[in-house]
Amino acid sequence: MAAYMSAGRSANAFSTHDFVPEWAQEEVSTGTTIMAVEFDGGVVIGADSRTTTGAYIANRVTDKLTPIHDHIFCCRSGSAADTQAVADAVTYQLGFHSIELDEPPLVQTAANLFQQMCYRYREELMAGIIVAGWDKRRGGQVYTVPMGGMIVRQPVSVGGSGSSYIYGFMDSNYKPGMTKEECLHFCTQALALAMERDGSSGGVARLAAITEEGLERRVVLGHQLPKFSNT
Amino acid sequence: YRKMATLSVCQPQLGGFSFENCKRNAVLEAEVTKLGCNVPSARKTGTTICGVVFKDGIVLGADTRATEGMIVADKNCSKIHYISPNIYCCGAGTAADTEMTTQIISSNLELHSLSTSRLPRVATANRMLKQMLFRYQGHIGAALVLGGVDCNGPHLYSIYPHGSTDKLPYVTMGSGSLAAMAVFEDRYKQDMEEEDAKRLVRDAIAAGIFNDLGSGSNIDLCVITKGRVDYLRPHDMANKKGVRTGNYKYKQGTTGVLTKSVIKLDLEVVEETVQTMDTS
Repeated sequence: MAAYMSAGRSANAFSTHDFVPEWAQEEVSTGTTIMAVEFDGGVVIGADSRTTTGAYIANRVTDKLTPIHDHIFCCRSGSAADTQAVADAVTYQLGFHSIELDEPPLVQTAANLFQQMCYRYREELMAGIIVAGWDKRRGGQVYTVPMGGMIVRQPVSVGGSGSSYIYGFMDSNYKPGMTKEECLHFCTQALALAMERDGSSGGVARLAAITEEGLERRVVLGHQLPKFSNT
Repeated sequence: YRKMATLSVCQPQLGGFSFENCKRNAVLEAEVTKLGCNVPSARKTGTTICGVVFKDGIVLGADTRATEGMIVADKNCSKIHYISPNIYCCGAGTAADTEMTTQIISSNLELHSLSTSRLPRVATANRMLKQMLFRYQGHIGAALVLGGVDCNGPHLYSIYPHGSTDKLPYVTMGSGSLAAMAVFEDRYKQDMEEEDAKRLVRDAIAAGIFNDLGSGSNIDLCVITKGRVDYLRPHDMANKKGVRTGNYKYKQGTTGVLTKSVIKLDLEVVEETVQTMDTS
């Protein structure tokens, strides 16, 4: 699944015979594999760490799991600039809303703020976002806001260019009622499979578990990723 | 007595770029190309720029070549721009864009600093730059390496023209960035000493200068630590112009003069106008 829609958006301000190579004229994209899983008491989110400009890896240790609030995170895929800008805007809006309420915000609120922005500017933005977190009302929740600005709550969600390769793994291996550790293991395996097959995903696997107690972050380095024999 | 509504013909100037001249430019470009000439291109800094975090602070490095197409427009331009006393920014991409963008943010940051009575933070400069570049949707061709030391320690950011940023321990940008990154990936270590960091950055820029056609000339360095900034321009003149070994001028009288004729041109005064100089 191609994550790029160039469509003349990355304006060619540079003429072709200059010393700026082709990859430097491309917009920075988080090629990406992102995912999130609900479990009883919280959510587990995961992402790869590769950001590309054309064929060059601009950042091989990107953190695509962005905190929006204390117990709410978003996984970013698509254009790096667009998703960073949208996430910053939603972080501000949600923080303001939370202060007005004098209460921790709901995950659904955060997801709807993302959806409103992604739908309003759907022609200009290239952003596929998964919002996940924990709140007191509904516990662990995962909402996916793909390109175009749809919103739907799912127990498991994958996104990004690498997601195409792991729909089968996800459908066959996900079971409702997994524990936190089982979810972390499931995510690690799924990310490893996608990173192996998708050229735009790679680096390290970043995971996070969000529960009432708080946040637990993990990094699985390249050589520690599970290996699947295919030779 | 009826009042007539006045229609306002003048429209207020909206912010952002005006693309009104694009059609005219396209027509002009077509006509000029038909005549066999080339449209002047924007001056770019082909460039290798990089930055590294070491034990006590930041080292920023840049080459000094500015290109206009295939010609070197400036052999010794300065690519490390001042943002604030503790923050400097290297710029790659369109030379005018990097220059103006850094000046605008530097000015705003100084006002902000006076308003808060605090030394500015690198994260603030990063946010101001990324929000401005995102607003212009990549039309401002400025790829920046922002580095500085503030109350929270040393920080290094890379900022792309579309407005995305990465916070990393070492970054490279520009056409020579792959050559420089190769050097970094080989020899970077956490918590280096200042001399090691300077040597590493110098070697990274040198790799860009000697392996990328868009980068060249000298190596500029900027070392930022808590309370001290060393702006080393030039740090290393890697491409000094050679001295000619012989004298290749011809002596006066080498070419013999055979004949000499002087022809007087009779010019008629047609029109005489006087333009006063404005000495007010």
